[in-house]
Amino acid sequence: MIKLNNVTSGYMGVNIIKNISLSFEKGKIISIIGKNGCGKTTLLKTASKIIEPFSGDILLNGKNLFDMTSKESAKIISYLPQNRDIPNIRVYDLVMHGRFPYLGFPRIPAYEDKIKVQEALHVLEIEKYKNKNIRELSGGQRQKVYIAMVLAQDTDIVFLDEPTTYLDINHQLEILEIVKDLKKMGKTVVMVIHDLNSALTYSDMVCLMDKGEIKIYDKPQVVYESGKIEEIFNVKCHEVGAYDKYEKQYIFSYMSA
Amino acid sequence: MKAIDTLQKLSIPKSSINYKKAYNFFVISFLLILLIVLIFTSISVGSSSIEISDIFNAISGNGQLTSEYKIINYVRIPRTLSAIIAGSGLAISGLILQSVLNNALASPTIIGVNSGAGLFTALATAFLPANLSIMPLAAFLGAFLATIAVYYVARKTGASRMTIILAGVAVSSLVGAMTDTVLILFPDTVISRTSFIIGGLSGVTMNRLLMPGIIIFISLITTFIFSYDLNVLSLGDQTSKSLGLNVDKTRFLFIILSSLLSGSVISFAGLLGFIGLIVPHISRLIVGYDNRILIPTSVLIGSSFALFCDILARTIFAPYEVPVGIIMSFLGSPFFIYLLLNKKRRLMYD
Repeated sequence: MIKLNNVTSGYMGVNIIKNISLSFEKGKIISIIGKNGCGKTTLLKTASKIIEPFSGDILLNGKNLFDMTSKESAKIISYLPQNRDIPNIRVYDLVMHGRFPYLGFPRIPAYEDKIKVQEALHVLEIEKYKNKNIRELSGGQRQKVYIAMVLAQDTDIVFLDEPTTYLDINHQLEILEIVKDLKKMGKTVVMVIHDLNSALTYSDMVCLMDKGEIKIYDKPQVVYESGKIEEIFNVKCHEVGAYDKYEKQYIFSYMSA
Repeated sequence: MKAIDTLQKLSIPKSSINYKKAYNFFVISFLLILLIVLIFTSISVGSSSIEISDIFNAISGNGQLTSEYKIINYVRIPRTLSAIIAGSGLAISGLILQSVLNNALASPTIIGVNSGAGLFTALATAFLPANLSIMPLAAFLGAFLATIAVYYVARKTGASRMTIILAGVAVSSLVGAMTDTVLILFPDTVISRTSFIIGGLSGVTMNRLLMPGIIIFISLITTFIFSYDLNVLSLGDQTSKSLGLNVDKTRFLFIILSSLLSGSVISFAGLLGFIGLIVPHISRLIVGYDNRILIPTSVLIGSSFALFCDILARTIFAPYEVPVGIIMSFLGSPFFIYLLLNKKRRLMYD
């Protein structure tokens, strides 16, 4: 479990998130939602040790996250950023980079590392691309390769920053199904997501943010019924029945200011 | 996503990986043979031609009184070594910067190395005109201090890849203005600096090579040891941080290594910047992006290219010598353009 106590964080001395206290429970899918610029990504980056908070503590299984070495924490927490350069690299080699926290000098992968990479390629069904350069792949395929890297990193907690942005609807849903599978493996998945319907249907917990603060952090149904989504996004939210495996879906309509 | 319970049954296929290893082995072997051939050519070709048997005699210490022995030991071997050291040092210096800054146009010039060396050599010739032997030390010191200044400015503003480049431009511009001021106030320094700016390998002695050679050797080994970290760093700051890499420390280490490499070369060969830009690209087009193979490949291509250009520089218009930097541009640029025109290889830059 990861716990944030009164965390204030941001960039270049400017506070973006203020006095945030919350915990991400083990084995849950947690979605962070909110308007552009409300501090979702800053929260994700701070909780995953990408940036250091200005104040407050982050406890990972009771231990201060910033007292751990980079490699120690990278064996427990992984983070997939939203905006990534597309490196010039073969799929297999990128997934192997997921094993970096486990490699000592001179960085030669052991048999176990190779098995973990093979597993990751197998479960994400990307074995057939493994010798391709990732620049030759589509956005959806590329996202699966990065998730394979995270899987090879073998961490209990996975932070994903907008994992479905820029993907077509089929790939969006495929990635969300993969997120559910990560949960089945016992992992905690914390993701920033813009699609509110996906957040409400796929998550165990939803964290709604506004202006650097948490407005509500609860089960999706509770968040929906609170009316805070409508208030903050200035939209009308409708719960509708769906014919497939999900009981409910959510549609949104524009409300003028 | 496939079922998790099938995972334990997986094995590791080896065929595709072996093919890549075989290709890399072939490339390295070929380049090594090429370098050896060039070394013997470089020692035997010149104003007086030397037989292969004389080379072996000179190496084994026989015939110490012959003129061939003296030419080989005091002229040709230092010159050949200087080309190898300069070529490999500049190639790896450029390769490091292109990887660390993720910028295809990065070369030692970008972190202020050349401008720093330029200022300090101008100062040395202005204030210590009688002591020309201080020039290499001045060049090295200037290159190193300029890099530290660039990194300090970049770090104060976040040390991102772009701020390092911008800090490099700003520091280089300031240092360049200082150099121009020195040149205007001390007009006599201009002539002695010309050969330094053009760069060349003539007149290099073993004594002058010793210190830069040791620094370059140690820096090359360190770069190779940390080559996998350089691979991880090229994934971008956030991803590499998430993988447990200490991004700031690693980037600082590599920038210092790059500065040591190019500063050392500048100290005995002047400004031969072109290799640092072009050799890493040529190597990447041949063996790909993996720094573990890219570094030895760049060392071999850099050395061979510098050696080949130097052989041409001193034979093409013999007995006159063309500055090696000019030959490098004439040969390297068309070859690089040819590689870029190859559609499949161009994918790396699209």
